[in-house]
Parts: sequence; structure tokens; C-alpha cells
Amino acid sequence: MADLKQRIDEATGTSTVGHEWDGIEELDTPMPRWWLWTLYATIVWGLAYVVLYPAWPMVDSATKGVLGWSSRGDLAKEMAADAKRRAPTVNAIAATAITDLPAKPELMQAAVQGGGAAFRVHCVQCHGAGGAGVKNLYPSLTDDDWLWGGDLATIEYTVTHGIRNPDHKATRTSLMPAFGRDGILDAAQIGDVVSFVRTISRQEKASASSARGAALFADNCAVCHGAGGEGGRQVGAPKLTDAIWLYGGDRDSLTATITQPRNGVMPRWGGRLDPVTIKMLSAYVYSLGGGEKGLAPVAEGAGADGQP
Amino acid sequence: MASPEDLSGQPAPLYEARKGVYPKAVNGPFRRFKWAIMAVTLAIYYGTPWIRWDRGPYAPDQAVLVDLANRRFYMFQIEIWPHEFYYVAGLLIMAGIGLFLVTSAVGRAWCGYACPQTVWTDLFQHVDRMVDGDRNAQVRLANGPWTAEKLAKRVVKYGIYLAIAFWTGGAWIMYFADAPTLTLDFWTGQAALVAYGTVAMLTATTFILGGFLREQVCVYMCPWPRIQTAMMDEKSLLVTYKDWRGEPRGSVKKGQAHPSAFGDCIDCNQCVAVCPTGIDIRQGPQIGCITCALCIDACDGVMAQVGRPRGLIDYCTLDDAATEKAGGTGRPIRKTLLRPRTLIYFGVWIAIGTAMLFSLGQRTRLDLAVQHERSPLYVQLSDGHIRNNYTLKLRNMETRPRRVAVSVSGLADAVLWTNAGSREKAGQRIELALPADSVTGVKLFIAAPGAGPARQDFTISTRGLDGDPRGDSDIIQFDRPEAGQ
Repeated sequence: MADLKQRIDEATGTSTVGHEWDGIEELDTPMPRWWLWTLYATIVWGLAYVVLYPAWPMVDSATKGVLGWSSRGDLAKEMAADAKRRAPTVNAIAATAITDLPAKPELMQAAVQGGGAAFRVHCVQCHGAGGAGVKNLYPSLTDDDWLWGGDLATIEYTVTHGIRNPDHKATRTSLMPAFGRDGILDAAQIGDVVSFVRTISRQEKASASSARGAALFADNCAVCHGAGGEGGRQVGAPKLTDAIWLYGGDRDSLTATITQPRNGVMPRWGGRLDPVTIKMLSAYVYSLGGGEKGLAPVAEGAGADGQP
Repeated sequence: MASPEDLSGQPAPLYEARKGVYPKAVNGPFRRFKWAIMAVTLAIYYGTPWIRWDRGPYAPDQAVLVDLANRRFYMFQIEIWPHEFYYVAGLLIMAGIGLFLVTSAVGRAWCGYACPQTVWTDLFQHVDRMVDGDRNAQVRLANGPWTAEKLAKRVVKYGIYLAIAFWTGGAWIMYFADAPTLTLDFWTGQAALVAYGTVAMLTATTFILGGFLREQVCVYMCPWPRIQTAMMDEKSLLVTYKDWRGEPRGSVKKGQAHPSAFGDCIDCNQCVAVCPTGIDIRQGPQIGCITCALCIDACDGVMAQVGRPRGLIDYCTLDDAATEKAGGTGRPIRKTLLRPRTLIYFGVWIAIGTAMLFSLGQRTRLDLAVQHERSPLYVQLSDGHIRNNYTLKLRNMETRPRRVAVSVSGLADAVLWTNAGSREKAGQRIELALPADSVTGVKLFIAAPGAGPARQDFTISTRGLDGDPRGDSDIIQFDRPEAGQ
């Protein structure tokens, strides 16, 4: 400190601090007094804040503050406010039959959004993001092939009651026999049935094996899957003539399925989610691309006169 | 240890009270110029939100509106969407280069004439003179005891300060909502809390910064004077006391007695008296000088009275000062203003402005953004076709509802449909109705034969069906299962 050379700067009349770097000196200009006041004001502000808001860290939590503010409280308030904001829409969806939703595009849109949110919480674990399904395990919800039906009311029923819930009467249920494991068909017969199934799905050309398989199919499979393998939605029996195979359509996969079927299950959500959420979930699944119009009456008409 | 006390004989203060500044009224060309600029800038600030501009039934009719809630920025003919924010960035760059241009040409002209702090301080100082009287009366009142008269004058003066401050704060929020509606809401207690908060905040800052802190803002708070110091050169105009002409100072009497011993400065202190920041320009260029040129007006007036030529204090560059000191004459003002540096700044400024105007004229008001849904990447359909899902964002940036068509090209035998239609009725294109001034999200399904490359680029495009056929297109992928899957 001894080498500090303070001096009065000529141009300003202010003392220098005394440092000097290559001829550059620093003026010891006094701070403006209002700046000091703002410092005091911030101290007062700080004290008031400490009293009003959570501030001092204690063993379990910070001091509560006189205002009782907390970020969790804020979140609860915002969630409550948002629930209030959504209430009219949710109530309107609740009051509308699911088959009437498509006629009200705004309500349908809201239901799809709400259903998407619920889907991401409850359904993606098996059906995958966006309802893509998981190969050989869980069906895709986005294609145009449905085991139990793809119109709004049917989807809602399936979501509500689940599939193959042993303790629930209204659940979707059916049981494909384990033809191989239980010795109903022997290995050669299963091979013939596989040939036939691959023939009707146009993966193989007709052969002696498929001709033998046709007879076996008529005796053992047609009761559920239909005479031509067109499937049966009453029992969730998949269509065997199309390009979509939940558990695989190659010889090995088909052999494994016929030997020991999976008979997949889905929880029933009626007991876990409220009806509005289920309705919205159904609307979302319906919107994924495979949704079917409630075609039942039209289909009957078409069947009667043979016209499309 | 040496300390400042040893040097001056008394302790150096750590803090310093503000020295009162009581600028005297002055008249002259620069003062009149400042009045004019004040009138124009205040009129622009207070008046702009009230200008109406008809944009039809689907858009606000306020000429300048920053619609934060709906994320739109309206400026007369131009409507800016959030994704076009680079136009605002361009404007800011132009403002920056404009300041460079002005500073390199005429020094701190922004500080002296157009800065809001300067304009409002000027206005408040005028209020001071109206209520308290001119400089001497103000000083007397400030130093005098608290009489009833002083109290009354202070109440009136601060009342006027507050009124101006409130009007200033109130005008600000008008840029962010429909001005007449907001005014009505504001006075009936219907406006948003943020409106009241903003007005209160800006009223307080105007009251404090314009009424009390004034030149302290320029000297202590504002970074701009210091940045400008770096941007000026020896060819920038500065308010300069021509000491080679003025020194040594002496009264008129002394000057008449010894004409050769004294310069032109008669030491009348008028330049100091009129200075709104309270500096003495005769000490040379300094941070407190905002180059408002009121001292030029004051000095010119005095020189005229004593019969000496004007311009003892005048705008002058450092180069010219050196020339004049050596007995020469400075460059003409035209040459000072038009030199490579200012011309380059001006050229860049004009180029950015022209480019922005050109691109504003060229932009389409129908925009398409396509997102390929990734989960699932493709869907196997029962008849062997493959479906891909896309999310379309269609921006109709015109203030009228529109009908548009969406179609695909480069994907053989593709059909497209939305949730409103179905695959059975799907065709090569769909038609959509877009509400005015809005973004419409559409989930689009495209089905194509299963035979084809695993990943294929194709084009989705949209175009208007109602007069203006211009549109937009996007190249996107169509995915199929890899062989063997």
C-alpha cells in the first residue's frame, strides 16, 4: 500500500484511488447518495421477504412465512383453476352418448385430446406410444383390423370391461383350445392347418397339405374363425385372410399359435377410471386411423340384397 | 499510509448528494428544434395506439398492436406471426445500425434530442419553470424554508409530474390491446391485473426518473453514453467550447479596456445556467454532456448582445477544432456528414430495409408444415397396403377464411383422407376450410401399396382454391416395413 500515489486529477478535481496501470488511473468518484438509498431499500425488501415468504432452512422444511405461500400450493391452485376451466367441456362429453360425439366436432376434438392424455398414462405400457402395439404381444390400435370391433361403442365396451377378466361377467371372453399341447391335433395335422391358413391369406399356393388342412379347419376352426377364415368378432376370433397377424403369419409362428394359443388379456378399466375418461380414451383410440363407423345396420342391408 | 484526507485536508466523501440542476429558459434555433422533436415524439408515443386501420372482420382494427395473447404483431399493412419474428430482429438491427450512423455523423444526437429520458426530463423541467419560475426563483425556493407557498407549489408540481407519469404509463398498455376497449375496461375496473401493474410500474418509473433522477440516469445508469464514446471518432460532431477563441475569459468591460488580453468568452455563465445536466461545457467534452446544444443557443444570444460573432460554443469535430486552433477553417458540414464511414452505415441500413421490404412483399400467406408420425412409423393394413400418418399444420395468415386443397405427388397410387373422411371414400386430394388468421392442425392418413421401397420421399402440397393459387409444399417420407418384417 505504500506505493499508492493518490493525487487530485486536474480535469475533474477528483482524487485518484492511487493505482496506476500503464498510465491508466482510477478516479475515486463518490457514489451517488440515491444509490445508497436503493441499497437500504433492498435490505428492507429482503427483511420483509424473509418475514412474508419461506426463507430460513430448518430441519424439515423452510420457515413457512406469514403469507403461507408455497409452490405446491400454487400448483394445487392452478390445477384447480384448470379443472374448473375444463369442467364445462368434460360435463358436455359426459352428457353426450359416445356414438353422438362425431357429430359434434369440437367435443370430439376435446375428447380425443383428453383421451390422448389418459392413454399416455394408462395404455402405452402395452399398446405402445400412439397405439402402435407390440409385435407378437399386444395388438396395434391404429390399423383397420379389430378383434372385437372398432366402432366407438364397441371400443368403449372393450375398454370398460376388459378382455378375459376371470372375475368379471361382462368381460370380453373366448378361449382358443391348445390344439397341440392338449393333443387335439397331431403335429402333421397342425402343419396341414397352417398350410390352409397360409393359402387363404394368399401367402402359399394350394397344395395337398392345404387341401387336408381345409377339412381340419372346417371341423376345428370354422366355428369361431368362420368357414372362410373371415374371423368372428363376437368371440374376438381374428380374421385369417388379411395381412395383419398379431402373433405372426409365417409357418413357425402359426404352428406355435395353434399348438398353444396366447389368449391375451386386458384389464377392465371400468373399475379404475371414471366413465368420462373411458369415453375420451375410446374416442382417442377411434381417432388413431382404424376407427370404424357404426356400420352394423348398413352391413345387414348389404348382406340382404348383396349390394355393397 | 497516504489517504485522500492527506491530500485535500478533509475526508473524501464516500457518497455524494445530487447537486440540484435548475436550467434557465433559453430560446434559439436548437431550443425550437428540441420543442419540435418533443412534440413529434410525444405525439407518436401517446397517439399511435389510437390510429385505426381496417383489416376486415377477422383481425383487429388497431394500426399498431402487439397482440401477445394471440401472438400477432400488427403494424399498419404488415402482420407478423411468431415464426416471422426475424422481421422484428431485422428492425432491431436497423435501429442499431441507425444509431451507429447517427452517432458517427452527429455524435450524441440521440441523447440530446430523441432519447425518452431526455424528452421527458425536458418536459418535467418545463413544468418546473411553469410552477416555480425560472432558474433563480427555483434556486430560491429550493434553498428557502418550508412556507405555505413552497408547500403549495410542491404539491402542484408533483401533482403535474404524477399526471404526466400516469398518462405515460397508461399510454404504454394501449399498444398491447384494443385501445378504446382497454381504456373503458381500465376505468371500470375490468382490465387485467397485469394492465394495472404495468401502469403503476411505468407511472412510478416516469415519476422518479423524469421528475427526480434526470441527468443521474445519463451519468450513472445508462450504458449508451459510454458505448457512444467508443463509436465516435475525430470526425464526429461534438458540442465544443472553442477555447482558442474564448480564452482567457474576461468581462465585457475588461475586454474593452484590454482588447488583446482577453478572448471572446465574457464569463457570463449562461452556458452553465441553461444546461439541463448541470455541466460546464467550457471544461471540454464530458460524459454528462448530452449534446442538446442549448448552451449554443445561450452563448449565441449573448454574443449577439455584445456584438461578437456567433459560434463560440458550436458543433465542431475534433479535426476541425485542431484546424481552427491552428488558424485554418474547418471542413464544410456536408463533408463532415458525407464520408465513407457514414455512407457505409447508411448503405447497410438501406440494404437491410430494402431486403426486408422485398421479402415482406414476397411472402406467401398460406404455409404448410408436415410432421411424419413416428409412432407407429407405418401401419400394416389388412389388404396389404401400408398407411402412414402425418400431422399437418396449415397456417392461414390472411384475415379471411380460405378453402385449400392438399394433395400428394411422387407416391404411386396413394390415397389420403382425414378423420372427417374414410379410406373407402379417399381420393388423390382433400379439401379443407381454414378459419381466418389461424393455424389448423389436421391428422392426415395416406395409404399406398405395400410393394415399394422401405423409405421413400414424396411431396405434400397445399394451394388456395379461392383466387390466390399460391401455396406451400413439404418433402416428407413414406415408410414401409423392411423386407422380412
